[in-house]
Amino acid sequence: MTEAEVLQKLNEVFRDLFDLPDLELAYSMSAEDIDEWDSVNHVMLVVQIEREFKIKFHTAEVEEMKNVGDLVKLVLGKLNTAASR
Amino acid sequence: MLPSELTWLPGQPEWNDYLKRVAALESASTWDALVELANARLDMMTTIRLDRQLLKLFKDCPGSLQTKPIRLAVLGSSTVDHLHAGIRIGALRRNMWVSLYQGNYGQYVQDLHDAASSLHAWAPNTMLFAFDARHLLAGYQVGESADASQARVKATIDRIVQSWKTARSKFACEIIQQTILPIYPRLVGENESRLPGSPAALVRSINEQLRTRAHEEGVTLLALDQWAAEDGIAAWHDPALWHRAKQEVHLAAMPMYGDIVARILAAQQGKSRKCLVLDLDNTLWGGVIGDDGIEGIVLGQGSALGEAFCDFQRYAKDLARRGVILAVCSKNDEKNALLPFEQHQDMILRRDDIACFSASWGDKATAIRAIARQLNIGLDAIVFADDNPFERNIVRRELPMVAVPELPDDPAFYAATIARAGYFESIAMTAEDAMRTQQYRANIERESERENATDLPSYLKSLEMKLHWSRFTHADQARVVQLINKTNQFNLTTRRYSSDDVANLLDQPAVLPLQMRLVDKFGDNGIISIVIGYMVDQTIDLDTWLMSCRVLGRQVEQAVLGIVVEQARRMGAHRLVGHFRPTEKNGMVAEHYLRLGFSALPGRAPDQQFELHLDTYTTVPTFFDITESQHDRSRSITKTQ
Repeated sequence: MTEAEVLQKLNEVFRDLFDLPDLELAYSMSAEDIDEWDSVNHVMLVVQIEREFKIKFHTAEVEEMKNVGDLVKLVLGKLNTAASR
Repeated sequence: MLPSELTWLPGQPEWNDYLKRVAALESASTWDALVELANARLDMMTTIRLDRQLLKLFKDCPGSLQTKPIRLAVLGSSTVDHLHAGIRIGALRRNMWVSLYQGNYGQYVQDLHDAASSLHAWAPNTMLFAFDARHLLAGYQVGESADASQARVKATIDRIVQSWKTARSKFACEIIQQTILPIYPRLVGENESRLPGSPAALVRSINEQLRTRAHEEGVTLLALDQWAAEDGIAAWHDPALWHRAKQEVHLAAMPMYGDIVARILAAQQGKSRKCLVLDLDNTLWGGVIGDDGIEGIVLGQGSALGEAFCDFQRYAKDLARRGVILAVCSKNDEKNALLPFEQHQDMILRRDDIACFSASWGDKATAIRAIARQLNIGLDAIVFADDNPFERNIVRRELPMVAVPELPDDPAFYAATIARAGYFESIAMTAEDAMRTQQYRANIERESERENATDLPSYLKSLEMKLHWSRFTHADQARVVQLINKTNQFNLTTRRYSSDDVANLLDQPAVLPLQMRLVDKFGDNGIISIVIGYMVDQTIDLDTWLMSCRVLGRQVEQAVLGIVVEQARRMGAHRLVGHFRPTEKNGMVAEHYLRLGFSALPGRAPDQQFELHLDTYTTVPTFFDITESQHDRSRSITKTQ
């Protein structure tokens, strides 16, 4: 999966979960830019991303996710690790 | 696929588009469309999205619903709000409405005890206690003495029971208690219970004792530990989610959790399904009886597949033993269809186990409608099990109120799939449950005797019917509650009473709560009719009059009126007033009071009223031998000893 594909899939998750059909994710976006992205929804978001990409985040990683760019990098890294195994 | 998914529901490839279309709709059929969307194999995301639409489109309970709106408070010591969407959608799947109490995190003790709390103002009618293991076991000591460990369990149980009692006394609500998830890793291993104070062992003991106490206190269990045992604890609990958000129940298991809560809520209102309709070829045995013949079908010892079919038959038979009615719906010549029942030695199900046997070449939707008519049950009481996706889909399309489980390809998993769906969820077992298939079979025999009988009076006379009546008794309370809450057709007002409501009617001199049992030459039909009247100003106001449709057309109503009249006079009444509140299902009793000789009172819809003056009324003779039964059966047993 390429970086662009990961971003696109994440975009769909954000749209469905937050009911924002027109949302266009950008790397620099963080929770502060999206009202719906509060701490409660963050938990949902993480669970859904884990399911969507069939990956599991480390407890520490979840706390370090600050913006969309971090998220894409993290997901991509996990997918690559899984693929090289 | 997660092991906690809704495996019995079909995937809907068009689900996303359908949801978008429904979101744009604004018509009376929107609710039905939402129900249909809920009956797909939803996951966490689709459940949340559907719930969002539900909340947007329906701020309140739609008036057309037959079920009582539920006000549910889920009380726990950790996060429970993430489960709300699953519960609302589980209820929607069953055509029910639930509003959920939005409490403050961890405030359940204050909510419960403080009369000024928002929970008191909100007034729930159902309460679900969802305690997490860490809260209940706080302060545990590994290696403490066995006595101390036992005392710890006892104190915990006492605390939980006290919560039930408080909730009962303050809210008079139904209570559901969730068992404790076994989240603790073992310290010893296989013999964990030998270590006093082991948290894993403590959870186990608490869960065991909860079962006993809940039964004693009339509390309904939500056996989450059982689900964890089936699916694996990882499907139900993620320690990372606990640390992150204090969610004891895994967010991804929320749709399943909600469905389990909803099936309990449905059972409390008598909305569980009653009848399992079975296909034959490749459902009860392998192969096609009409083609392969009795020697050719796969069933029984000698083949793994044949044993799997036997196992499924055994599951169906066990269901019948506990009160689920069995029927057959097969595209077959009847002679062929019956052959294995009569001649195959490995058949577990026998003809006797099947209350209604339908084998023909017509379409299955029509056949299932006929089965429902013959058994006098609603289509929404039926589950239809068929291996053939074509038949499943046509029945789903034609009869959306029939539940059609998505059976897996391998018959070894048929039983587990049906069990997982929880169609037949029951809260209390009554003596009548065990006899049900027999009763329905006897019913059909009576029907066929009716066809031979020359006229109705002589037929009724030949039945040797005895009607035993009494005021409500403790011994029969479970059956009375069951009947009140699941009778939809012959039910004048469709007023539901909880177990506590019924208990409150006992020994009240101004109330006339009557239960009627019917015995005839084919057997004991059990309690089949209920009347509840309240004495107001020398008038008995008939709040409830209902009857099981199994005994329709036998003049039970006339006989019951005779009993009501006699008791009303004894209480000093001069007049009866009856009510008819029309619903989607009770059209058959619209004329009930007029047929019995009442006259209509002017009044406004939807409550139509009728009156009967007792001073001038003479009882109509019937074919019943009517006797007052000697109160409590348990008490009369003691007397004879």
